[in-house]
Amino acid sequence: MAEVRMRNLVKTYPGGSVRATDEVSLDVADGEFMVLLGPSGCGKTTLLRMVAGLELPDEGQVVIGSRDVTYLPPRDRNLSMVFQSYAVFPHKRVRPNIGFGLRMRGVDRAEIDRKIDWAAELLQLTPYLDRYPSQLSGGQRQRVAVARAIVMDADVLLMDEPLSNLDALLRLSFRAELKRLVGEIGTTTIYVTHDQVEALSLGDRVAVMREGRIVQCDNPIRVYDVPASEFVGGFLGNPPMNFLSGTLAGTNGAVQVDLGAEESLPAPAQLAQFRGKPVRVGVRAEAIGVSREPREDAARCVVEVFEPLGASVLITADLAGQRIKVQAPASFRAEPGDELWLVLAQDSLRWYDPDSGVALIAA
Amino acid sequence: MSTLVTQPAAAPRPEAAELPPVDLAPLRRRRRRRALLQLACIAVTFFMGFPIYLITLAAFSSRRTLNEFPKSLLPKEISTDTMSAFLSSTGVVPAFLNSIVIGLGTLVLALLVGAPAGYAIARYFFRGRDPYQLFLLLTRALPIVVLAVPLSQLFLTAGIYDTVPAVVLVHAALSLPTTILITASVFIAVPRDVEEAAQLFGCTRLAAFRRVVLPLALPGVAASAIFTFVLSWNEVLAAAVLTLNNRTLPAQVLVSLSDSPIAYRFAGGFALVVPALLFILLMRRYLLNMWGSTLR
Repeated sequence: MAEVRMRNLVKTYPGGSVRATDEVSLDVADGEFMVLLGPSGCGKTTLLRMVAGLELPDEGQVVIGSRDVTYLPPRDRNLSMVFQSYAVFPHKRVRPNIGFGLRMRGVDRAEIDRKIDWAAELLQLTPYLDRYPSQLSGGQRQRVAVARAIVMDADVLLMDEPLSNLDALLRLSFRAELKRLVGEIGTTTIYVTHDQVEALSLGDRVAVMREGRIVQCDNPIRVYDVPASEFVGGFLGNPPMNFLSGTLAGTNGAVQVDLGAEESLPAPAQLAQFRGKPVRVGVRAEAIGVSREPREDAARCVVEVFEPLGASVLITADLAGQRIKVQAPASFRAEPGDELWLVLAQDSLRWYDPDSGVALIAA
Repeated sequence: MSTLVTQPAAAPRPEAAELPPVDLAPLRRRRRRRALLQLACIAVTFFMGFPIYLITLAAFSSRRTLNEFPKSLLPKEISTDTMSAFLSSTGVVPAFLNSIVIGLGTLVLALLVGAPAGYAIARYFFRGRDPYQLFLLLTRALPIVVLAVPLSQLFLTAGIYDTVPAVVLVHAALSLPTTILITASVFIAVPRDVEEAAQLFGCTRLAAFRRVVLPLALPGVAASAIFTFVLSWNEVLAAAVLTLNNRTLPAQVLVSLSDSPIAYRFAGGFALVVPALLFILLMRRYLLNMWGSTLR
């Protein structure tokens, strides 16, 4: 086990004009579960592949433990990896598949068998050890890939969207299984995904990437609650964070944001310096209180769409000419055209610069 | 405000008479199409198989039945006279052996040179990759007749004229384009992930190729081997020009065809067809999937 340090990693693919990763630095602590999250093409897989040695950086450095591995071939890095497509060897049965890495390492037979049995037990593969991968379901194949990775006792475990080829139900159950498993073996793990729920549920920390850069790296609660930019707030969460445009105003000590149509919200005093400037207000759908009765501290809105989602209801409403999504308790009922009053508590509001999308109050 | 009163689910209505009758026409169309397809398969098989049957029949008929008219489509009088006469005529057995040695030699040489080239085309993006692929096909653009004379001259100078290696060289050169292009498409079909997984779990590039890529590519490589062997086995022009005493079987048959009896021709045809068929039959196993999975 070891920590991983990435420093100023730059990679431009041959023939490409944009940098796949643009001076990315990231430290992953020993035993930490780090999730790289971002939309496709944001460079997260490239970053993982540079740690794996499947891609060499143009600039920068990768250190695992205290050893520089930047240009080492993959086999000398003491890593193991789970691939998105599973990448189990179709011409080998499950047992040699799981034991492949150990055999290449020259571990003796009895030890290999012991480890295979251990991993198979852990991943419920024992009945399938003598089958070919083609005789297994997708979920079982993925478990073979995971078993093959965990028997290695590697310093770092890399996972490249390991759940994305599974169907929704299987993904849910395997996610919990994976979390338990990685917690048990305690290996430093770097996990790539574009699924925000996966990232939030699995990671000790989540690094959100966009266009080759890390835009925020923090624990899942912070990344969700206090997005460092509009992009992060919009990428995480279902529905994504609401963003309302307004102008900062106010006199004396008071600061407020005018949303237009006579609606305004109080703003924190730190924003006094931005008075007279436009601002974007971010708020999570579930952080908004809904009331049917007019209230002094609430903003009036008109319901456009009402969607029951089972565990809650989702209301799309018009607030001063801007669209806002509100999550309300499952028992709440409304019809399009109804008037509602929304309570936007100040501690749930996040403030962003409309041009750069960066948070105005440092998180 | 909508009412939230839940209504009891409607009971299934018994009057099924409202349903239209089951429309069997699409099913019948489907059956008809399947029957037509079967018929087409039979027709194609007959078209390919019947000449082979006829030649086999002729090769194993006695000379008397061969000259009979009308000829029977069923074996009447099986005799090995024709075949044994053919096999015992001068030069046939050595030519036969030459053909086999040259075929196998061509196969090995073409794969040794062609498979790595195919792998390179499949896996690497290098400068001039597309022109290279085009250039490969160019070697087939020149007719063998045009190539044969300068080649004879060259081989005479090099002192390998009229030898087995000379013919192997030419056949390998002729089959390389197809070997490279076939193996390239085969290697493309082997997922890169699997190869990378092998590298990550301790393989060098070479070991990853040998342990993972090659076994997965084997069916396709076998197909290209068949192709190469049959190409060499059937090639007659270059073999005829480049040899005098060390003839391959087709060259031998071609040369002696005009002044030989009709029985000899049938026997020669049969001897030409059978080994190629046998070889395909042997390699067929590798063409089908080997691990119970559809690899391609």
